[in-house]
Amino acid sequence: MRQFLEILSKPDNLPIVALLASVIFFSWLYWVKAKKNDMQELPEEAKMDDKVQVWPYLVRTEFLMAIAVMAILVIWSVFLNAPLEESANRALTPNPSKAPWYFLGLQEMLVYFDPWIAGVVLPTLIIIGLMAIPYVDINPKGNGYYTFKERKFAVLTYGFGFLVLWVFLIFIGTFLRGPGWNFFWPGETWDPHYVAVLTNVDLSEYFGISTRLPDNTLNPAAFIFGAVCVFGFYSLSGVYWMKKRNDEFMKKLGFFRYSIVSFLFLSMMGLVIKIFLRLGPLMFGANPVKYVWVTPWFNV
Amino acid sequence: MLEQLKKTEVYKSIFRHSYQDTQRNRALQIVDNVFLHLHPVRVPRHATNLGYTWGMGGITFLLFIVLTITGVILMFYYRPTAQYAYEDMKYLMNDVPFGPLMRNMHRWAAHAMVLTVMLHMFRVFLTGSYKPPRQFNWVVGVILLVLTLLLSFSGYLLPWDQLSIWAVTVGTNMARATPLLGHEGPFGAQLGLRPDNDVRFVLLGGTEVGPPTLLRFYVGHCIFLPLVATIFMVVHFWRVRKDGGISGPESTKKGF
Ligand code: HEM
Repeated sequence: MRQFLEILSKPDNLPIVALLASVIFFSWLYWVKAKKNDMQELPEEAKMDDKVQVWPYLVRTEFLMAIAVMAILVIWSVFLNAPLEESANRALTPNPSKAPWYFLGLQEMLVYFDPWIAGVVLPTLIIIGLMAIPYVDINPKGNGYYTFKERKFAVLTYGFGFLVLWVFLIFIGTFLRGPGWNFFWPGETWDPHYVAVLTNVDLSEYFGISTRLPDNTLNPAAFIFGAVCVFGFYSLSGVYWMKKRNDEFMKKLGFFRYSIVSFLFLSMMGLVIKIFLRLGPLMFGANPVKYVWVTPWFNV
Repeated sequence: MLEQLKKTEVYKSIFRHSYQDTQRNRALQIVDNVFLHLHPVRVPRHATNLGYTWGMGGITFLLFIVLTITGVILMFYYRPTAQYAYEDMKYLMNDVPFGPLMRNMHRWAAHAMVLTVMLHMFRVFLTGSYKPPRQFNWVVGVILLVLTLLLSFSGYLLPWDQLSIWAVTVGTNMARATPLLGHEGPFGAQLGLRPDNDVRFVLLGGTEVGPPTLLRFYVGHCIFLPLVATIFMVVHFWRVRKDGGISGPESTKKGF
């Protein structure tokens, strides 16, 4: 436990503690405001529709906030020194080697995916996906006030992505991942010699199709199996479209927007599925899944 | 005495109007000031409500200013070479008056900015403020988010200690796996990429995090990225105004 508290109180980890606290606080604040608005005809914000002078009413708030922020920053800086470790040394690799905290969610993804997905494709999809939001969310409601009722899918999806897949994974990466990026519960000591003995298997092997042929070349059956899994998963989007395409809402959304939304949404869900494929079997003492699809050029 | 001062030509040339509390002066206070002029003269009341905006955009901007000022001060004491960088940090922390305070403020403000920009984005999402007509400003915002992360990440390397180079090593190792562009990425080998000619090599100026990387990250961190971020912030603030000020329900938009 002492070690967990030590990590918790490392100066560089304070922002993560602040992140957790503020995310919880602001989610709660949102919830309270959204619930209140959802229960009445007009949102609270609409009742504050009279105009006020920016000087003094806004400038005053800004000024006080600025003073408060500066005060916190100065106190923080007086009492906590920014870390400065030993001089850079290429010959001495620290274990664990961690990226800066805001990238630890992505580093955690390395457990479940090869680097080309975790380190390159995923960040790219996140950035493009975020930029696409305003153009694919055609729901005109909930613009300029807090609400949950009027945009459940949007809020739940974003909330899941941000709170669970981003913030929560940062928390795990910082506090629960020790040497060798092994998982340690709070209270467990980080043992640098701990080696997790895992026999990884590929998904096809759960269905009796071995990935490699006896001469160690790729088994075409496994290749096809993987391709079917991956493409089959993404084609769920097409199935749903065929079923719902005549709905009022889907007509308005259009095929193009729908394709983007469903692709991004399925990618996010695929990520969750892969996490479960890897962690799930461990709970039953079975072998974790390494790859769903093995090809000569890349593995998924 | 003060009254005398207020009558001089110099005073009047600086302060154009009196401070008497009138509607007109309150408006002039905003319009006659280049910085405050970022604001409209009047806004709907909910836009001044911290419960609505959480103040996170403004705090992010304040932290950016703090970072610029403390960053410039740090530059006086820092040489971006593998030989001196770490020594300069030691010197700064031990012998420069207020050196630790400047460095700490720079470091903690940087962390805080990453945090507040994420919270700002969370708020903008939850109030649906990216919806028409503000779609494009959300895109500008995403670019600012990426720039903020890059600024923080490039700054991480500069102290040139164990924490720096290994965090940056872990981060930049990803680049070798870039599809088509990295030597370990899908189709990389087929395209003839090697550790010494792929995208990571371009990023690092070498096959590993070394002195050329330090210089690259330094120039990026101190000149290129802040400049680009400033330009995008200017666009961001301009668009907040042009898109009709802070978002709000339909009824608050009357009279604009
Ligand atoms: C360096 C980073 C950023 C700075 C300094 C900044 C600053 C600001 C400020 C001062 C405002 C005025 C309202 C407020 O304080 O909430 C604002 C509004 C806005 N920001 Fe940002 N922002 C940044 C990043 C972002 C990001 C990452 C996004 C989203 C992806 C974003 C999207 C928006 C939008 C859509 C508005 C209009 C909100 C409304 O009208 O209610 N900004 N920004």
